[in-house]
Amino acid sequence: MQPEGIGQILLFVVVLLVLAYPLGRYMARVYSREGDDVIERGMWRLFGRGSGTEQDWKGYAKTVLIFSLLFFGLLYAMLRLQGHLFFNPDHLPGVTWPIALNTAVSFVTNTNWQYYGGESTMSYLSQMSGLAVQNFVSAAVGMAVLAAVVRGISRRSSGTIGNFWRDLYRSLVYIMLPLSVIVAIILIWQGVPETFNGHVTALTLQGAHQSIARGPVASQIAIKQLGTNGGGFYNSNSAVPLENPTGLSNFVENLAILLIPAAQVFMFGHMVKARRHAWMIYTAMFAMMAIGIGVAVTAEQHGSAVLRQSGVNIAATSTQSGGNMSDKEVRFGIADTALWAATTTDTSNGSVNGGLDAFTPAGGAVPIVNMFTGEAIYGGVGTGLIGMFFYIVIAVFVAGLMVGRTPEWLGRKIQAREIKLAALGALFVPTMILVLTAVAIGTKVGQASIFNPGVHGFSETLYAYDSQANNNGSAFAGYGGTSFSSALGAVDMTFGRFIPMLAGLALAGSLAKKRTVPASAGTFRTDGPTFVVLLIGVIVLTAGLMILPALTLGPIAEGLMHL
Amino acid sequence: MTRTIVRSVLVIVASTLAFGFAYPAVMVAFAGAAFPSQAQGSLLNHDGHVVGSRLAAQDFTGPQYFHERPSATTPAYNAAATTFANYGPTSQVLAQQIHQRAEAILKLEGPYNPGLTIAGIPVDAVTTSGSGIDPDISPAYAQLQARRVAAVRHLPLATVERLISENTTGRSLGVLGEPGVNVLELNLALDNLGDK
Repeated sequence: MQPEGIGQILLFVVVLLVLAYPLGRYMARVYSREGDDVIERGMWRLFGRGSGTEQDWKGYAKTVLIFSLLFFGLLYAMLRLQGHLFFNPDHLPGVTWPIALNTAVSFVTNTNWQYYGGESTMSYLSQMSGLAVQNFVSAAVGMAVLAAVVRGISRRSSGTIGNFWRDLYRSLVYIMLPLSVIVAIILIWQGVPETFNGHVTALTLQGAHQSIARGPVASQIAIKQLGTNGGGFYNSNSAVPLENPTGLSNFVENLAILLIPAAQVFMFGHMVKARRHAWMIYTAMFAMMAIGIGVAVTAEQHGSAVLRQSGVNIAATSTQSGGNMSDKEVRFGIADTALWAATTTDTSNGSVNGGLDAFTPAGGAVPIVNMFTGEAIYGGVGTGLIGMFFYIVIAVFVAGLMVGRTPEWLGRKIQAREIKLAALGALFVPTMILVLTAVAIGTKVGQASIFNPGVHGFSETLYAYDSQANNNGSAFAGYGGTSFSSALGAVDMTFGRFIPMLAGLALAGSLAKKRTVPASAGTFRTDGPTFVVLLIGVIVLTAGLMILPALTLGPIAEGLMHL
Repeated sequence: MTRTIVRSVLVIVASTLAFGFAYPAVMVAFAGAAFPSQAQGSLLNHDGHVVGSRLAAQDFTGPQYFHERPSATTPAYNAAATTFANYGPTSQVLAQQIHQRAEAILKLEGPYNPGLTIAGIPVDAVTTSGSGIDPDISPAYAQLQARRVAAVRHLPLATVERLISENTTGRSLGVLGEPGVNVLELNLALDNLGDK
């Protein structure tokens, strides 16, 4: 590894922190502001009496579910019918039902798993008015739910946790939209197309015809990164030069992947007035992210077994980045591609700037483990921090057991109901991943999706259900979309999205009702380094131990076979 | 329940108009005014017609041209259907492909680079790119091809090396990304030499 590679990674984490802290404070103000703006007041008039009042957690959850279901129906219909609709300059036909089902669920759940190639399957109408709208809205739903959960945690003796429509509106208009415009402008400047003209045909220097796909790319890429969506305009996602043309565009897109999830930790600290606690959570997340980046970069620079045995030059020099360049781009090299792979799976983004299927066994294990923590390392916008709350409740419970006291978190007693909800939130998704992976690997119809034979095929399968359950969307992309895998994936994404979300809302509703208990000498402090260690320990012991047997069958076996 | 459905539909309509139509339309208008070349895909013109995009590799097979990295798309360098190759790190298919590509390079460049062995081939020359249309090759791979291109075109090696360095994109802001040589622009520059 050249020093420039390490320098870029250090620069990245510093710039991230410098941007995330003030953004978190700003977001806390946005969600806490008392007065409504003119559009909100108009919305309440249109919606009718009482529509702007606060909801309890059940009312909030019901609104989220109905809203998401309706949006799913619209998106599914649009994909099926795109051949008959407008804004289809390349005359693409309607999408088949399994792909439309998987894709509609995928975008409504903020997953953006893609069993299709964007530029060759989706009309502009589907890309812009279907998928890109969901990039905004599904992300804003996650942010709204987090705002409500944090509000619940910050309140005492309260029955309500906020109003979904207000939180949704403010997430969209005050946070997502301005950030998207800024990122889109930088991307256009760097060379990402933004046009309503269709494909252009070039007459190449050797006299062949080359069709080049274009479209309103930059505007979609900006929100795909900020909203931890990840669904690309092009099939090869952000590896495609037209989607990610330069080192600078790559840096900005990668920052956009982590920016809002990182800022939300500080937003939480401000809203519940526990800033030191928030710093400790950030530290735990950062430590786990740093380990993942370190492993991925080292493994990819070391190179794959096939490349090392081939005898070609894989050394890092001043004229090449070397390492495992299979399915990677020259302008990103090893450091930027490995950094992206780790961070896109820390968050639930899932966009990629290189092919993960071709990653080395150790490099490919990093995304699998990152996702399996249930997006607790920064995580998806909103849903990630909720996942971390589950681990925090479990951590204070474990601490309480050790000292023999009723556990407390932020001045509230943590009792049986909270611990049950936290356990459900933390364990449901990993369990489902293992079960669905077993179903897919144990059946002929499931095995039909596998591209690479042998052990690596198991890793592809595990990756697919891990990624979809955690609403990530990245893939060992050889894994193909059959009707069976599309439908199973749709189930995976739906439960992976809504079970933790409902558990989080219920937890918040339960905490909001409680009274404060004054801290005493026996209270476990959640604002010191001991808490960081305990929190990481809990994550390793729950998610880590659950994924270990599956890792042994996949990446670890593959790595050992070709030492 | 009914009220929530009505409200949801209103929000869906409003957000589709705002984020599905207005947002991209405004960005397209802005892009066309502020960055017209980038907005249309950074197209390159030569002899009055579009010869490609500086952000998409195209097929170069002639010995007078610098060659691109291998591509996994169908056909190769398809800028309308990008794809990874997706072969795993221990795949035997991949091992075979890399071997064949290395042999082909030795055969093509060997005569111009006496003493060239497989250890002299940069890794990006034998691996597919992520997009299949990676417009860049590493400076190392450009150097390997320089002698051939100079010999076939009867140009001094120094001229070709000057063009390589002129068409090398450094790190953005001096730090971000990795240096790469844009193959299409380099080959255009070579063809333009002949026109003068």
